[in-house]
Amino acid sequence: MLVKRIIPCLDVTGGRVVKGVKFVDLIDAGDPVEQAQYYNEEGADELVFLDITASSDGRDILQDMVRRVAATIHIPFTVGGGIRSVADMRDILRCGADKISINTSAIKNPDLITQGARAFGSQCIVVATDARRKGVSWDTYTHGGRYSVNMDAVQWAKEAVERGAGELLVTSMDCDGTQEGFDNELLARISEEVSVPVIASGGAGAVRHFVDAVKFGKADAVLAASLFHFRQLTINEIKKAFFKDEIPVRLPY
Amino acid sequence: MINIIDYEGGNLFSVVKAFEFLGAEPKVITRPEEYEAGKIVIPGVGDFGDAMRALQERNFPLFLHEKAQEGVLLIGICVGVQILFQSSEEAPDTKGLSFFRNAVKRFSPGGKIPHMGWNTLDFHSENPLLYNVENGSYVYFAHSYYIPVASNDYEIAHCHYSDSFTAVVNRDNIYGVQFHPEKSQKTGLQILKNFIEL
Repeated sequence: MLVKRIIPCLDVTGGRVVKGVKFVDLIDAGDPVEQAQYYNEEGADELVFLDITASSDGRDILQDMVRRVAATIHIPFTVGGGIRSVADMRDILRCGADKISINTSAIKNPDLITQGARAFGSQCIVVATDARRKGVSWDTYTHGGRYSVNMDAVQWAKEAVERGAGELLVTSMDCDGTQEGFDNELLARISEEVSVPVIASGGAGAVRHFVDAVKFGKADAVLAASLFHFRQLTINEIKKAFFKDEIPVRLPY
Repeated sequence: MINIIDYEGGNLFSVVKAFEFLGAEPKVITRPEEYEAGKIVIPGVGDFGDAMRALQERNFPLFLHEKAQEGVLLIGICVGVQILFQSSEEAPDTKGLSFFRNAVKRFSPGGKIPHMGWNTLDFHSENPLLYNVENGSYVYFAHSYYIPVASNDYEIAHCHYSDSFTAVVNRDNIYGVQFHPEKSQKTGLQILKNFIEL
């Protein structure tokens, strides 16, 4: 049976892992390869690396990091941040990444989703969305949550999938950094509207939150960053809770 | 020698690194002339049609058939196993390598597509490729098209999703796996180790 995945997310810049709280206030949390190895041994089902370097310098550093991670760990991982073209995607995939995550560049140029899916298959293309509640719906943001684009997040999710996205990484900006739980209403709304897997992101603070994201948010995978980096929770604790709640989980790993 | 075919398949680096991790010294080959006596790996991520076209441009199809005839051990991974079949709904006008009879299909709507993540293998026969791998082990899949379960002589293990599908194939010296052993942690590495030792 296909399991629900638990995914630590590592924000990186200049080849180092940083911690993001509401997308600002960054604190160094270590070496990416070391972190990747740690999570691999802890039973992470997958990893996500988001390069938060704003400029396009440092692409070589990122590629080198991807290469080093792929040489060390043997679980799938996604790389996102600053990927603007099919050529950028190819470079990262050829370094050993399994999937590419695009956010701002997909909103600016939705055709990039289609081109990427055509070149590498939908299973390689993850569209990440930063959503913030606005009345009864959610608005979409770009540039790491800085700018609103006045686009309904659920509609955008549907469009991204129609264009070829093979997976959606949905971050609630309202919940991110609060440690009070995922936005399960947003997750469920998107999950019900699309035919591809949805990764829940933003707001995890306790084991229960992950269970709820699957049960009520209908998420196919759950993602967290600082919670794991600072060892507030282990992946194993979440897996045990999933198992107890009869959520399919990869045990033993 | 483990020859890994480079036809711009996305997972080339990971496959090479996994073999190196296991102590093998794989050789990446971009044309048949570069082949050194030994086994052949066809990695793969992407489209059935693109994969076949890329192999044709590099003159690999005839070479692979010759090597298969000579008894060279060969394994296809992900799209690399799908192209060992006759055709695929992904590229209806493209002919596969046709080592196995069957047509690759797209998962029916209902379940989420792609089939993405860790799922269990269900063995039906003993096979040296699965030596030291427990029935029910988790491996990592990422695909939208699948090899339908058929009554045949080549299916070694299958997997359950919205449609049950063939996950491991073998007949004589030809092997294939639908999942990514290079990304399936200990289980995947064991399978690659078994292939090295075949």
